[in-house]
Amino acid sequence: MTASSRSLQQIAAFSALLLASLAAIGLAVGISVGIGDLPIPLATTFAAVTNRLGWTAVELNRIHETVIWDYRLSRALVAAFCGAGLALSGAIMQSLLRNPLAEPYVLGISAGASTGAVAIVILGVGSGTVSLSAGAFAGAFAAFFFVALLSSGTRGGADRTILAGVAASQLFNAATSYVVTTSGNAQQARDVMFWLLGSFGGVRWPEFMLVSAIIGFGLVACLLYARVLDAFAFGDEAAASLGVNVGRARIVLFALTAMMTATIVSMVGSIGFVGLVVPHAARFIVGPLHIRLLPACAVMGAIFMVLADIASRALIPQQVLPIGVVTALVGVPFFSVILYRFQRAS
Amino acid sequence: MSINAENLVWKIGRKTILDGVTFEAKPGEMLGLLGPNGSGKTSLLRLLAGLKRPNSGRITLDQKDIGTIGRRTIAQRVAFVEQHATTNANLRVVDVVKLGRFPHRSMFSGWTLTDDRAVEEALERAGMTGKRNDRWQSLSGGEKQRAHIARALAQSPKELILDEPTNHLDIQHQISLMRLVSGLPLTSIIALHDLNHAAMFCDRLIVMRQGGIVAAGTPDEVMTEDLLRDVFSVEARIETSPHHARPHIHYLR
Repeated sequence: MTASSRSLQQIAAFSALLLASLAAIGLAVGISVGIGDLPIPLATTFAAVTNRLGWTAVELNRIHETVIWDYRLSRALVAAFCGAGLALSGAIMQSLLRNPLAEPYVLGISAGASTGAVAIVILGVGSGTVSLSAGAFAGAFAAFFFVALLSSGTRGGADRTILAGVAASQLFNAATSYVVTTSGNAQQARDVMFWLLGSFGGVRWPEFMLVSAIIGFGLVACLLYARVLDAFAFGDEAAASLGVNVGRARIVLFALTAMMTATIVSMVGSIGFVGLVVPHAARFIVGPLHIRLLPACAVMGAIFMVLADIASRALIPQQVLPIGVVTALVGVPFFSVILYRFQRAS
Repeated sequence: MSINAENLVWKIGRKTILDGVTFEAKPGEMLGLLGPNGSGKTSLLRLLAGLKRPNSGRITLDQKDIGTIGRRTIAQRVAFVEQHATTNANLRVVDVVKLGRFPHRSMFSGWTLTDDRAVEEALERAGMTGKRNDRWQSLSGGEKQRAHIARALAQSPKELILDEPTNHLDIQHQISLMRLVSGLPLTSIIALHDLNHAAMFCDRLIVMRQGGIVAAGTPDEVMTEDLLRDVFSVEARIETSPHHARPHIHYLR
C-alpha cells in the first residue's frame, strides 16, 4: 500500500468517525431536549432546529418551540461543551504531570474558580455575569499560580504538582466556606451550595456562545500540541532531549486548561470527576496517542455530560439533582478502580 | 571533532557538581565515562545533551556552541538515553520509536517516507522489529532499554549519549547491549559501572572523581592498578585478556 492511499484511507476513516461522533452528540442532545416536565418527541426537536435554520417549514406547537429554543437546547449544548472541555483539560493534565489522578478538580483549579465566583456573589463586588466570570477566572488563575509556585519552588517533579494541587483545593475550599459562613445569609448559602456542586439551570444562548468559542479554541490549540504531549510520555527530561521546549509547552498547556476550566466553572459551577473518568475511558478505547485521544475525550466528555444532565433531571421526578452529584456517583467508583490499579502497577 | 567540552563548571546551589571538565569526543568513537557514584557522570551527560546549561565553560558541536543552538536543532543530532525512563502510558514499541522523529517534524508536517525509513532502520538496528507492536508494559528490562535506543536512533543522531544503560539488566542483555552500541556508526558517550565491560567495548575511557577528570585515554592507558586503588578504592590486578586482548581486571578484595 502506498503512503498516499494510506493517508487517503485515514482521512476517510477520520471523516466517518467525526460524522458518527457528531451524530451521537446530536442524538444525546436531542434526547436531553425531549426530557422534562413537558416531554417533546425527538422529531419535533429536529424539526424545530431545521425550521430555525430555514431548511424546513414544519408546523409546530408554539410552546414546544419556545421550550426547545429558550430553555432546553442551549442548556444541552452548553452541557456538551462543558463536558468536552473538562475531559480535554483532564487528559492534558494527566499527560503533562504523568499522573493518572490529575484533573482540574483534583489540582484545585476548580476550587480556585469557585472561590473567586463565590466571593463575587456574596461580597457583591461588581454586578452581573461578567463580574462573576471575571471572579471565577481570577480565582482559577490564582489557584494555578499557587500550584505552579508551590511545585516549582520546591524543585519538585510532577508528583509535587499533585500534592500542591491537593493543598490548593483545601485552601480554596476553606476560603469558599469561610466567605459563605461569615458573610452569606441562608438563601445565599443555599444558592452557593447548589452552584458549587454544579448546575446547568439558567444557562442560555450567551453562555453557549462563550463556552463554544473558548472550548473550540482550546481543542484546536491542544490538538496542535498533540505531538508535544506524546513526547512527555517518558517525562520532562525525555521530552527536552527530543527537542521540546518544556517550560513553554507547560505554560501554554496549563494556561489553556486553566482558561477552559475557569470558563466552565464560572458558568455552571465546579463539576468533578468528568475530567478524571472520561480520559481514562477514552484511552482505553483509542489508545494513548494524543492526536486520537484528545478528540475522543472531547466527544466522550460531551456525551457523558449530556447524559449526566439527563440523569440529574430524570432520576427524581419534579426535582433536579446538582450535576456534580451525578458525576461523582459515577466518578468515585471509577476513581477507586484507577487508584487500585495504579497501586498495583507501581 | 564531534562533541567538545571546555572547562565546564556546573553547580547546584552552592555545591559544585562539575569542576572544570575538558575533553573531546572524536567522530565515530565509543567513549566510556567511568567513576564512582556521585562523581558527576550523569550531570556531565545532561550538560552534553543540552538539558542543562553550564555555569561557565562551553560545549561545542562541530565548533558551534550549543548554548547558541535551539533545543530542537540539538535534538536533531544528539540523542540521549536516560538511566531508566519509564511511562505509565500503554504505548506500543513503534509509537515510542516514532517519538524519535519529533525534532525532525514541524507542528504541521505530516509523517513522511524519510520518517518511516528512519523508524524501520532504528527498530532493525536495535533488534526490536519483531516486537514493534508489543505494549511498553509487557516488555522486559532489556527490551525497554533497546526500545529506548531505537527511539534515540530514530532521531538520526551523530552523537548518542547513554547514562548507565546496562543497569538492572542480566549479563546476556548487558553484553548484547554493549555490542549493539559499539557497532553503531556514530559517536557514543556512555556512562558505565562495569569496568571490564568498559575496557572490552570502549575505544577510549574517561575517569571522573568529584566532578573532575582524573584520567583519559585508551583502556590500556587508563586501566592501571594505581588508578583503581585511588579512584575506586579497590585492590585489583590487571592483565591483558588472552581472549580479546583488552585489559581484564581481577578484583582481589
